[in-house]
Amino acid sequence: MFNLERWQEIFETIRKNKLRTFLTSLSVASGIFILVILLGVSTGIETGVRTEFEQDATNRIQVSVRSTTKEYKGLNPGRRLQLRNSDYENLNAKYEDQIEFKTPLYNIWQGQVNYKNQQGNYRIEGASPDQQWIENATMTDGRYLNQSDIENSRKVAVIGYQMKEDLFKDEDPIGKTIVLNNTVNFTVVGVYTDPGGTREETRLFMPITTAQKVFNAGENLNRIAYTIKMADTFDETVALSAAMREAIEQDLRTRFQVAPDDRVAIGVYDTLEEAEKVFGLIATIRSVFWFIGIGTIIAGVVGVGNIMLIVVKERTKEIGIRKALGALPSEIIWMVLHESIFITSIAGLIGLFLGVGLLELVSPMVETDFIKFPKVDFNTAMSTVVILVVAGALAGFFPARRAANIKPIEALRDE
Amino acid sequence: MIEIKNLHKSYKTGNNSLHVLKGIDFSVKEGELVSIMGSSGSGKSTLLNILGMLDEADEGSYVLDGVPIKNLNEKIAAKYRNKFLGFIFQSFNLIGYKSAVDNVSLPLYYQGVSRKERDEKSLYYLEKVGLADWADHLPNQLSGGQKQRVAIARALASDPKVLLADEPTGALDTKTSYEVMDLIQGINDEGRTILIVTHEPDIAEMTKRIVNLKDGRIIDDTLVNQIKAAAHV
Repeated sequence: MFNLERWQEIFETIRKNKLRTFLTSLSVASGIFILVILLGVSTGIETGVRTEFEQDATNRIQVSVRSTTKEYKGLNPGRRLQLRNSDYENLNAKYEDQIEFKTPLYNIWQGQVNYKNQQGNYRIEGASPDQQWIENATMTDGRYLNQSDIENSRKVAVIGYQMKEDLFKDEDPIGKTIVLNNTVNFTVVGVYTDPGGTREETRLFMPITTAQKVFNAGENLNRIAYTIKMADTFDETVALSAAMREAIEQDLRTRFQVAPDDRVAIGVYDTLEEAEKVFGLIATIRSVFWFIGIGTIIAGVVGVGNIMLIVVKERTKEIGIRKALGALPSEIIWMVLHESIFITSIAGLIGLFLGVGLLELVSPMVETDFIKFPKVDFNTAMSTVVILVVAGALAGFFPARRAANIKPIEALRDE
Repeated sequence: MIEIKNLHKSYKTGNNSLHVLKGIDFSVKEGELVSIMGSSGSGKSTLLNILGMLDEADEGSYVLDGVPIKNLNEKIAAKYRNKFLGFIFQSFNLIGYKSAVDNVSLPLYYQGVSRKERDEKSLYYLEKVGLADWADHLPNQLSGGQKQRVAIARALASDPKVLLADEPTGALDTKTSYEVMDLIQGINDEGRTILIVTHEPDIAEMTKRIVNLKDGRIIDDTLVNQIKAAAHV
């Protein structure tokens, strides 16, 4: 490899065959270029999505129950389960240390809301003050629910920004009275916006206690939502959250006497688990990108192999002369391999630098939420370099073997 | 220098076997200048290829400078060619993208001689064939006679025991042919053993011994009075 003489031979050959070398290089360079760009973009997607998830209160666990689907301990399937205030309090007490924010929820999907002559149908939720933090809601006006609202079952409402736009237009909604289902009057105390957008901003929140009274729900709850405290690292939090999800599920199975294999009756969702799924998806995208990239390189390498074959054919006579003059077969093999590896590597490095350069250039300009800082890390760059050398060797191998098998007597006869 | 006994060679083409060499007994002493003559198909090129280790005989023995040449694999053949033999071809067989001096130094490269020494030696041999001023020219910038002289310099560069020339003047006009023969005679006069395959009688006359081949057998082997090419130039 470090034979200076051979290097001189190769440079000479390349210098004398500039166009051929250039064309060969082009296919490899573009292959690596594409691979680098793809890998950079996939890193960007990963960073983007990760940031997106970490911004949100993703450490969220939501609990709900439905009807059983399996017979258990003599109880019939189809038994309707119902969460109650006591369940909420029991869970709170048991997981006090892990819980960051907590809220019981009781909602109706459609409630008619009137303000003067404006009217609309909205989702109505009873919640506790913590709901603001669980939903990542920000107040644009007024205040969110408070503890006193809950204790006194006040008829106050916090409405989404879109809802305010619908009903109040330019009017200031704070302190105004709205009518729910034509029967109950509520005072608007706040307007919130939610990063989730319009869909999340067409909801009305009222104290859970009020909701249970207004809708005659007694002690019933639809859902319970928690966020759990963040651990030091994201992955640790994921693990903690998963553990807690399973523990709660187990508690509720015991409480409601649900068969262990009844997957439907008890729903405990962990948004971090969803995040994990998305990251799994990103990993898939990444491997697809690798696959495409490697495929492109293979195309390039086959190109190099092809060209090297033609080169060997073209140089049959020269190789014959060299052999007649005393070149060993191994020297002929190395001559071809060396050239192939050299061309592939140099071309690949050019592609690598162009790709990295383009990513560096474009990276700061990328403004979408789901792609952030596309870049190629050192390890990836190193693996592509290794791929290149191996690819070059592969591309050169068959032509080199053919070259080594050339019989000088036949090569020289060929005029 | 060269000792050949009962050499046989046949080529298989389909079901037919073509018996090209039918028992050649032949020896060449050091310092001889031998021409091998014969019509096309007489086996003279095959004989030269076997002598040049580019081809192997089916039967018989071949001893070159005391070394029995048999059971050659590619590697050994390459080494022996490099060490013992210098080739001169009808079509020169220079490497087109290498300058004259680089062409001459190629056998030295395969001997592992350092670049500096290679350049010195090559220039010396180029000077010997009268082309020192053309050292940096590419083959296509040279005339036929000049190309053949570069090829001769290349054949000499590795200081071989024997020079094998296959129709060295076949692609040259008469005047240039004689110039090349003059050069070859000069090299022979310095003591180098040279074998020339030719079908031109006037070229054969310029050697010291003529071997006539017909249908794979030596029919005539006579020493002749060498005609100096210089007289015709």
